[in-house]
Amino acid sequence: MSVLITGAALPDGSVTDLRIDGGVIVEVGAGLSAAKATRIDADGLRALPGLVDLHTHLREPGFEQSETVLTGSRAAAAGGYTAVHAMANTSPVQDTAGVVEQVQSLGEQHGYVTVRPVGAVTVGLAGERLSEIGAMARSRAGVRVFSDDGKCVHDALLMRRALEYVSGFDGVVAQHAQEPRLTEGAQLNEGVVSAELGLAGWPAVAEEAIIARDVLLAEAADARLHICHVSTAGSAELVRWAKARGVRVTAEVTPHHLLLTEDAARGYDARFKVNPPLRRDEDVQALRAALADGTIDVVATDHAPHPIESKECAWQEASFGMVGLESALSIVQQTMVDTGLLDWAGVARVMSRVPAEIGRLAGYDAPFSVGSPAHLTLYDPAVSAPFDVGRLRGLSVNSPYLGRELPGRVIATLHRGVPTVLDGELRDPEEVARG
Amino acid sequence: MTPATHDAGLRNLLSVRDLDAAAAVRILDLAEDMAEVATREVPKLPALRGRTVANLFFEDSTRTRLSFEAAAKRLSADVITFSAKGSSVSKGESLKDTAQTIAAMGVDAVVLRHSASGAARVLADSGWIDAAVVNAGDGTHEHPTQGLLDAFAMRKRRHADASRGRDLAGLRVTIVGDILHSRVARSNVWLLHTLGAEVHLVAPRTLLPAGVGAWPVTTSSDLDAAIADEPDVLMMLRIQSERMHAAYFPHEREYSRQWGLTDERFGRLPAGTMVMHPGPMNRGLEISAKAADSDASVILDQVTSGVSIRMAVLYLVLSGAAAGA
Repeated sequence: MSVLITGAALPDGSVTDLRIDGGVIVEVGAGLSAAKATRIDADGLRALPGLVDLHTHLREPGFEQSETVLTGSRAAAAGGYTAVHAMANTSPVQDTAGVVEQVQSLGEQHGYVTVRPVGAVTVGLAGERLSEIGAMARSRAGVRVFSDDGKCVHDALLMRRALEYVSGFDGVVAQHAQEPRLTEGAQLNEGVVSAELGLAGWPAVAEEAIIARDVLLAEAADARLHICHVSTAGSAELVRWAKARGVRVTAEVTPHHLLLTEDAARGYDARFKVNPPLRRDEDVQALRAALADGTIDVVATDHAPHPIESKECAWQEASFGMVGLESALSIVQQTMVDTGLLDWAGVARVMSRVPAEIGRLAGYDAPFSVGSPAHLTLYDPAVSAPFDVGRLRGLSVNSPYLGRELPGRVIATLHRGVPTVLDGELRDPEEVARG
Repeated sequence: MTPATHDAGLRNLLSVRDLDAAAAVRILDLAEDMAEVATREVPKLPALRGRTVANLFFEDSTRTRLSFEAAAKRLSADVITFSAKGSSVSKGESLKDTAQTIAAMGVDAVVLRHSASGAARVLADSGWIDAAVVNAGDGTHEHPTQGLLDAFAMRKRRHADASRGRDLAGLRVTIVGDILHSRVARSNVWLLHTLGAEVHLVAPRTLLPAGVGAWPVTTSSDLDAAIADEPDVLMMLRIQSERMHAAYFPHEREYSRQWGLTDERFGRLPAGTMVMHPGPMNRGLEISAKAADSDASVILDQVTSGVSIRMAVLYLVLSGAAAGA
């Protein structure tokens, strides 16, 4: 399939045409033409490299009432993503080569995005025995990111062994930093709001204590460590300190932790219930600064779909999590670009190149260069509209942004040169699968 | 959000924080009228005849349920009661389904007791039902009618027949015990503050919420100093022994020694200090029998006040609904 994109502004601001054929970029420059190509007029649009999410819950196998590989892939494409890392807390858990290969092949079959399964660190996410990390790494899925996300690998010995063992496969352990005893029954950030609402607090120290321990373990093991969804100012400070020491640590922040605060919980609306919880405004500001200065490496969505009944109930009975793939780029624009903290080249770095590096995903190191795979998205940053349920393209609607005015809109997304979104609309599964 | 009170009545009662001082005093004054009804030969008013009140108790609380039932019946309302045994919520009983089922039977007000903080707010904001919602205790958040009845009992003990129209300006109230897990403490703190009282909290650090610094109170962990300060009211909260398993305090005897109203501490209280307890009491743990049964004790007045306050609240929410509010 041949595609001609005209007049796109690249992340660095230069305006160019792009010709795509056979899934790769074959020509870059002004005044390009192609006879039988699908033409996309990108005048006024920003071309970004295809976004890569390090933290997605696709829910299949096991929880198909919340999301499937297909529906989650579509939500991702609609948000400008061309690759997602599918977290391991499925049922059965992604802790064997068989399950990760199944998830990977479902992704390939649908074709909207590259689905990179994350392998569980421990069998059944139980935190007791290491899972078959080697088999998953050497499987057709080629797993490089290992995580018990949703649960913390809290046993220090097991965490040490996991870091050491995974490093033998060029992998990384992505830690969900949550000291379990300090967060028993925890419902939202421990502080002024939890005190007033009478909900059990989730103290910042429960995240920070694990990060402090794990950066030291990673240093001792000379292994790569990734910290999932960093949510506090103190956590950012610890990562900054560890990087200054030369520890091989990377960190992610979610869009919602860049925008929302614990005050959103005051009406007990469970759409704002998420783990780790929304924190104080001081934390939001510190996380933005840490993302801008490179202390935090990437933005990851922690897209966590849940059925309606999981949120239509009292706060403490509701599930943790928010969907985020469809809104991530808009939130990053609002919190980082429109505030002057990050330019579009910076967005490309934290949402595409670096997450791909952390996940050892090839094809994202030289976007918009001749010969590179054509993973890209065209984005209109000038529009602004209320974010409504029609913007949600996965199975679940547990978005905290519904009704909120958000900037920007994904106009087109190309995965391996195949348009998955055109004119702001998802293309049909059959068309995408045909390539 | 619409104001909690208006001329016609009260739409819901979810939190004492929705009440300003005038609205709170109005409820206390109406409760004075209701208290007089109880002294009549036939202690019953026809005010809510034909109206139906549903008690939805997802969590057992015989005292509160009986108090609301008595209040509704004295106003001639019909009462239906849903009582879920402790764990039905965890068995999949959903607040939405139960509330809609009961509402479909035609009720005008729902009195909700739930183990989840915010349950009453969620029910009122959800649009699942049209009935007025009265919070009868939501998790560790609030228990507004308890706060009101405590304020009523304090005002009555202090001003007797001259209570009407008065707030609690200048009253010095010390609340002792498990503040962290207490919905009674939260409702008291905010309501007493609104009514002009000064509130002091005494508890081990482990049982004070992390964000208590933002509350309009002073705090300490020294009960003896608080007693030496001669408070007008000393309110002892129930301590639950399961708290010691989560390392909030070492054991019951240690708790009792440090934060219990023992006979000896009771002896040091000024004669005029009211002793209160929301019940049920652990005699000998947070309060001695002598203190509980003394003339200083307002504990039974609290129970009596409960019915009057709940009559006033039910009357206000239902008259509000009647006015099309």
